[in-house]
Amino acid sequence: MKLKGRVWKFGHNIDTDGHNIDTDIIIPAQYLAHTDPKVLGEHCMEPLHPEFHKKVKKGDIIVGGLNFGCGSSREHAPIAISAIGIPLVIAKTFARIFYRNAFNKGLALLEADIDDVVEEGEEIEVDISSGVITCKKAVIQAKPIPPFMVELINHGGLVKYLKKKLEE
Amino acid sequence: MGMTITEKILAVHAGKDFVEPGEIIDARIDLALANDITAPLSLEEFDKVGAKKVFDPEKVVFVLDHFTPNKDILSAGNCKKIREFSKKHGIRYCFEGGECGIEHALLPEQGLVVPGDLVIGADSHTCTYGALGAFSTGMGSTDVTYGMVTGRIWLKVPESIKFNCSGKWQKWVTGKDLILNIIGMIGVDGALYAAMEFEGGAISALSMDSRFSIANMAIEAGGKNGIFKVDEKTLAYVKGRGKRPYTVYESDKDASYMKVYEIDVSKIGLKVACPSLPSNVKDVGELEHIEIDQSVIGSCTNGRIEDLEITAEILKGKKVAKHVRCIIIPATPTIYGEALKRGFFGIFLEAGCIISPPTCGPCLGGHMGVLAKGERAIATTNRNFIGRMGHSESEVYLSGAAVAAASAIKGRIAHPEEA
Repeated sequence: MKLKGRVWKFGHNIDTDGHNIDTDIIIPAQYLAHTDPKVLGEHCMEPLHPEFHKKVKKGDIIVGGLNFGCGSSREHAPIAISAIGIPLVIAKTFARIFYRNAFNKGLALLEADIDDVVEEGEEIEVDISSGVITCKKAVIQAKPIPPFMVELINHGGLVKYLKKKLEE
Repeated sequence: MGMTITEKILAVHAGKDFVEPGEIIDARIDLALANDITAPLSLEEFDKVGAKKVFDPEKVVFVLDHFTPNKDILSAGNCKKIREFSKKHGIRYCFEGGECGIEHALLPEQGLVVPGDLVIGADSHTCTYGALGAFSTGMGSTDVTYGMVTGRIWLKVPESIKFNCSGKWQKWVTGKDLILNIIGMIGVDGALYAAMEFEGGAISALSMDSRFSIANMAIEAGGKNGIFKVDEKTLAYVKGRGKRPYTVYESDKDASYMKVYEIDVSKIGLKVACPSLPSNVKDVGELEHIEIDQSVIGSCTNGRIEDLEITAEILKGKKVAKHVRCIIIPATPTIYGEALKRGFFGIFLEAGCIISPPTCGPCLGGHMGVLAKGERAIATTNRNFIGRMGHSESEVYLSGAAVAAASAIKGRIAHPEEA
């Protein structure tokens, strides 16, 4: 599957320097009583970019540094990102709970070190199946998605897998 | 080749004799946990997959601790959904109202987790139970739905990092200072995907409360779980509480570790993590000019009786500084009762503190102590991310109870000897 989208980067103006974008930034806890994706999306990245949900366009891509999604186990985080039309996050590394949650919720993740290569607003092209990322300055190969995750995705994700299992 | 305690617990639950790091296993779980924030999403998935029942109504636990006592109509509605689900499915342990405490203090206290268990929870601090020699880890709501329905979960066997701790503890220094010191040393992703195993004479000398506090913050270093060797203190803790039989596992002498750290605790003083990462750790002495508006003593990290004991010792006969809110949150009804019985509440009230019912409340900026723009808190909680306790331009400093109590008296970050 090929995607084309504009890049958004976060946290370069604060001491985390683009790393450790945590789930309290992705969706602050004060909105966690909501389960409606639309409401969650309206507050996505609010502490760093209050207008983000208005500026973002369907198909845009978030790019991060190390340990993206660290912190709480809230699944509201990948739900909020998906709700505003972002299909993919590319980061150097991901926190482990966020990694599982994103795949369970249908948000694609790729591990690649492109934070310093791409500029905010730049359009990049990504082949999710091969992991090839074409940026203005370079073509970068993302780390392959672990075979077990690929298998899970091929089953349609954990929920569909469980549904099938229960029907059998 | 030998196995670590983490590998042994995972192997047994996967029905295997041997597992190694990197291997994907399908494991049996002993308990699945969710709270009032994460359970609503789990229950939505439960309906979506068309599940009819949970795998074992004794092994699915709900704790309504985050936005309770209900902070608004939405949270009240979420709790109502969980309550109705629990009634319908005969869930034995759905803690709310006067039975409710902060989940990671409550479950061990109620004997719902025992040594050798494999526990998953839709809360990142589920790693706390590693203090009991159990494997426990946080996950999202959907993974926990899978566990609730099938009694199983897929896991990648983590590599293990050993923290060998020796030396004599300085006065006032607790497990919180050790774990802050470790996170400061290795960073917030220093143990990413790994098991953090704590061992050595200095660990044996620690109370169970301090061990829970250390295991609790394994996630703040990116760890999958924190884990401790079972000793006589663990067994004394489990005795009379454990609701199920337990099994003691121990790391083999020839088990392999990704890394081994040697830590001399006698060199560790009182620590504070500055905004806005738990790894931004400094000695308390470097921060004595930092003024505070609020001090929070509580949470799944440090709301246990040992923390309240230290707080009472420091606050006795003293007053909280004018214009500072000192909020004390005993983590469970049992801890609340014990603090009351031992006269701590009189000390807290005399000092001008607020005593809150058990709740996660302010730790995540939910309620019961949210910060305004520009305000600053010291807290015995576990995260100091941007906006964690309220406004995105408020700040949180993390410490143990001794520093938080002393700071409440001085109105600025302070060493207990100053207070």
